[in-house]
Amino acid sequence: MAADPLSRVFAALADPTRRDMVARLAVGDATVGELAAPYDVTVQAVSKHLRVLEDAGLVSRSREAQRRPVHLEAEVFDLMTKWIERYRRQAEERYRRLDDVLRSMPDDETPPTAQGRNPS
Amino acid sequence: MTTSTRETRIEADPQVPLIRITREFDAPPSKVFRAHTDPDLVVQWLGPRGLEMRIDHYDCRPGGSYRYVHSDANGEYAFRGCFHDVRPDELIVQTFTFEGMPDGVALEKLVLEDLGDGRTRLTTTSLCDSFADRDAMLAGGMEVGVVQGYERLDEVLAR
Repeated sequence: MAADPLSRVFAALADPTRRDMVARLAVGDATVGELAAPYDVTVQAVSKHLRVLEDAGLVSRSREAQRRPVHLEAEVFDLMTKWIERYRRQAEERYRRLDDVLRSMPDDETPPTAQGRNPS
Repeated sequence: MTTSTRETRIEADPQVPLIRITREFDAPPSKVFRAHTDPDLVVQWLGPRGLEMRIDHYDCRPGGSYRYVHSDANGEYAFRGCFHDVRPDELIVQTFTFEGMPDGVALEKLVLEDLGDGRTRLTTTSLCDSFADRDAMLAGGMEVGVVQGYERLDEVLAR
């Protein structure tokens, strides 16, 4: 079991069904029944997925309301995606500079007619 | 969302503390390999934007080592490691340590795949020795501060 909070968030989002559920909740709160509707799974299975998302702090359920709609804790989700996205962007920036370097390098595939041969 | 199929892809594994980055280049593996092994080329792209990069040494061969320094107005950040395996146009395996956190070490594997038509797919896998280190790397390490990152997360989770 992943120990630290961020890893729990990563682990919770590793599952495609849970990612789907998060995407659905990003639109608005929903009940367990509403979340289960698009899938060929039981409400129990969806509840299990929800518990994982809840443990990771990604979603919450109001205790009072009878419908107990599920709510996405957007801030936790944003924070994690922001970290990853920023890291990805930094890599992309680095690789764009690498693109430039690669473009500026002489082509080693073409015969060395233009550059001329080394006589030795 | 992405405008180009070439955009960098990133994957943070939930079971193992690793980060995997995939990117395709419009250049053959031989060129991409050279851009990773020739220090005169490496210095042109590896450093983050807005930071000066200085290479102390960069001896990219099996058993060789490297050290480079990024600097800005606030100070210097040095990185070092050893090249464990280097196979021309195919593979580089190296260690990676930020000297500011000398006990942390990541094992990095760079794999070059020939896609034909002068194109290459580069997959870089960084395996850290703990989830905390991996997340520190993702959170920007020395830039943001791990502690600060976790404090924010704790705050948000505590609500």
